[in-house]
Amino acid sequence: MTGATLDAKRAAATSEPVITDEVVAEHGLSPDEWEQILEIMGRTPTIAELGIFSAMWSEHCGYKNSRPLLQTLPTESPDVVQGPGENAGVIDVGGGWGVAFKIESHNHPSAVEPYQGAATGSGGILRDVFTMGARPIAIFDSLRFGSLESARARYLLDGVVRGVGDYGNCVGIPTVGGETVFDPAYEKNPLVNVMCIGVLPLERLIRGEAKGVGNPVMAVGARTGRDGIHGATFASEELDEEGADSRPQVQVGDPFTEKLLLEASLELIERDLLIGIQDMGAAGLTSSGAEMAARSGSGIDIDVALLPVREEGMTPYEMLLSESQERMLLVAKPEHEGAVREVLERWDLQAATIGHVTDDGMFRVRLDGEIVAEIPVRPLVDDCPTYVREGVEDPEVTARRDQDLDEYASFASDEAVQAALETLLDAPTIASRRWIYEQYDTSVQTNTLVGPGSDAAVLRLPDGERALAACTDGNGRYTYLDPRTGGRIAVAEAARNVACSGARPVAVTNCLNFGSPIRPEVYHQLSGAVAGMGEACAALGTPVTGGNVSLYNETGGRPVYPTPVIGMVGVLEDLEKRVPSAFVAEGDEVWIVGRTRDEIGGSEYLAACHDLVAGAPPELDLDEAAALVRFLVAAADASVLRSAHDASDGGLSIALVESAICAGDGPLGLDVDLDAAPRSDVSAAALWFGESQSRVVVSCVPQDAASLAALAETHGVPIARVGAVGASGGTCRLSGAGHAVEAATTDLRSIYETALPRRMREQAGLTA
Amino acid sequence: MKFGIVRFPGSNCDTDAFRAVTDGLGEEAVFLWHKSHDLEDADVVILPGGFSYGDHLRAGAIARFSPIMREVIAFARAGGPTLGICNGFQILCEAHLLPGALVRNDSLRFRCREVGLRVENASTLFTNAYREGELVRIPIAHAGGQYVADDATLDALEAEGRVVFRYVDVDGRPTAEANPNGSANNIAGIVSAEGNVLGMMPHPERVALEVLGRTDGLGVFTSVARAVTEGNERAVDQGNEPALDRRPEPGAAAGVGS
Repeated sequence: MTGATLDAKRAAATSEPVITDEVVAEHGLSPDEWEQILEIMGRTPTIAELGIFSAMWSEHCGYKNSRPLLQTLPTESPDVVQGPGENAGVIDVGGGWGVAFKIESHNHPSAVEPYQGAATGSGGILRDVFTMGARPIAIFDSLRFGSLESARARYLLDGVVRGVGDYGNCVGIPTVGGETVFDPAYEKNPLVNVMCIGVLPLERLIRGEAKGVGNPVMAVGARTGRDGIHGATFASEELDEEGADSRPQVQVGDPFTEKLLLEASLELIERDLLIGIQDMGAAGLTSSGAEMAARSGSGIDIDVALLPVREEGMTPYEMLLSESQERMLLVAKPEHEGAVREVLERWDLQAATIGHVTDDGMFRVRLDGEIVAEIPVRPLVDDCPTYVREGVEDPEVTARRDQDLDEYASFASDEAVQAALETLLDAPTIASRRWIYEQYDTSVQTNTLVGPGSDAAVLRLPDGERALAACTDGNGRYTYLDPRTGGRIAVAEAARNVACSGARPVAVTNCLNFGSPIRPEVYHQLSGAVAGMGEACAALGTPVTGGNVSLYNETGGRPVYPTPVIGMVGVLEDLEKRVPSAFVAEGDEVWIVGRTRDEIGGSEYLAACHDLVAGAPPELDLDEAAALVRFLVAAADASVLRSAHDASDGGLSIALVESAICAGDGPLGLDVDLDAAPRSDVSAAALWFGESQSRVVVSCVPQDAASLAALAETHGVPIARVGAVGASGGTCRLSGAGHAVEAATTDLRSIYETALPRRMREQAGLTA
Repeated sequence: MKFGIVRFPGSNCDTDAFRAVTDGLGEEAVFLWHKSHDLEDADVVILPGGFSYGDHLRAGAIARFSPIMREVIAFARAGGPTLGICNGFQILCEAHLLPGALVRNDSLRFRCREVGLRVENASTLFTNAYREGELVRIPIAHAGGQYVADDATLDALEAEGRVVFRYVDVDGRPTAEANPNGSANNIAGIVSAEGNVLGMMPHPERVALEVLGRTDGLGVFTSVARAVTEGNERAVDQGNEPALDRRPEPGAAAGVGS
């Protein structure tokens, strides 16, 4: 059939909406992109075809503004089995085992409906991992909200935490780590990034492929409804003032169905009944079908009349673009179609054969046999236009970075230092996250060796000897003040956190949360941050295996802080050699590793104590960062560390106090002299609260001190003894730069532990 | 001896219970599919934690009508050792194998943390490996673990020594602060009047492996294994059928679905 006759047939057979310039614009496509579509099609597309292009060429699916930047990232190493482009990245962790992991954002849905937005974000990333044949063993959530002084931010935190928790708890995947940051920059546009990690026997790795002409294409899991239509396009637009009009685009999650789908999918893969499998996630049937065909260079021919639906009268457009949750598209081995049905039936799940694989390179959709869409797969998936834009730094940022900070560099009295210390311990970005993580099941599956509240979570691997360490990290304030440095630090801090647990950092997944790339100042942030990430990934030997881009994070014309979030995974060869974050016993020596520079720019100290976002963020020397990681891994392997805790938000004094008050069997005292730390000539504020990079607080038994120092020297890492761990329930004594602070460890712990619940109690009764 | 672990749709601590029995205790375990009517000659039945049927309607309310529950109820009524953990405890209450009910935590939030428990009765099938008054630490992970019952039931439970585990602080006192969910009398676990059915909200299977650091929960499994083995040996010595082998013939149970 020629295009022209198809056109005529369509027009006659349906009362299709006329495609005007407005309709094209409503689909998020520019006039130039529309021209390109007309050229690809050789005719005017149907409304269903327009919807397909709109979804596939959205930022969410097509990466049109980020792809040229992402292509610069390192993606290969001997450990990487599957890099970017699949449902999830996969690394080889030895012993025949692989680890599949990926991070994804659900920012816009969570801004509109925090509970369901966060829940479906968790559901989507779980499916990305188990479609690789991996059993999910851990979830991490990286969250950013406005100030908790705001009722809206408290409502969003409450709803998001319930959403992440209820979903993972029900499916039975422990949520063991993450981060939570509070800053007015995220007031109307929270960031909800969720990482999932799964394990699989490598021989069972399966991909999202549609190979073999005639092989059955099956839709399984939940029925398709009218929810979330055009979620991918929604995620690629700026939110309107309250986002309320967008509520119908938010999907509803059903973790019970997800659990059944997880078990059924893993059984199908284990029994080798499938050619390929993919989550029907963003852009639903459209993206899963087109992407599976594109990966295999094949075509796909489906009839949406065969799709199990929730309601009568759905149009092909709606069925193709629905983002109803807990659905999978799979291509079965033809001889096993019956067995596939039998497995799904046993798990009480829908299974419908809706089409077959072809070799003509077309994504063809029918309704009762009648063709309603017919698009060449390759240009649809691969020719999404990409844009390299001109980035220009916002002059306001330049001015902030250059601001003189001398007036904040010193303290009037010891009391002022103590007040700053207590303000920081009470800052929601630093304080204990217990209020959050106690709402998550952290120990189901009995793999959790180190759970939340540490620098990295540690989980045992199925071989019983080795373990995995993982964390998420990112700093929007640093990236705002200096995108390239912010990108570098996100990677380096994540690597440091993993290494603090004793594990060797292996690979990363990344989630880029930025404003509209159309703005030159945002594009500048995006390109700078990606460049910095790439440099750090290369220097640390931790390639990128996949990730997610979330742009247009702004409301009322204000972008969020540019926030690259890194999910890092590392391997610990002997799980018995894991290192805790907190001090272990009185009398252990306390050492500081890494040099303190005269840096307070971009610090939590300036933000929390002076309400100031200014200065240059701390420098990140790549060689220094890599040497520190090597040293930590070697020191853990040599069993000379009792504890290791990264110095980040709040600097050395916060890292030291956290090490003391978070001790597993109750808070321990501390007696340290900060002046003894390796340092250049630094101000009092930089010594106490500056956030110089590549620094770690470690403790050791006195007998191991000499070996520890020698090991540091071998690795070219500065190290110095600053004091000792005190008595259980004792006193924290810190001195430095002419000041001294002394406080009961239990009082400091109380400030740290009550910061979040105290603020959240004020909103009692306000629940999602 | 053999443990049968029931797998409902939505069970998610089934594998953990399996590992506790096989890796922790060193005994045999099999999964029992919820649509089956065969307990596969299990000596002990475990209803594991999770969200059977997605907690739809009410936690445990639908699982109680699963096909396998006909056999589980008959097994328990005939004296077979039956252990319900978390969601399993909820199911046992819904099935009226244990008195009272489990309602939403008083905080109205899901709560996961390690809690202190005191072993209140160390002479049950499930606690004979502990000392009376022993303090153990076992994690909880639930949104609906607040145990409630009428006063007469609570009085009977206390008087008959059927409160087996109680939430306590580090000094062993059942304080309000030590109660993570608002349970009546800080009750964390109870046994049936006959003593062969235990329901508990904390997860002993999560602290039953050396590799995880502590094994405070392993005692629940060693206790019941010892009781079953000794019961069987005693029966063999007397030339009888094993005392605990009182499983009904398939289909012999009645009145379950009503």
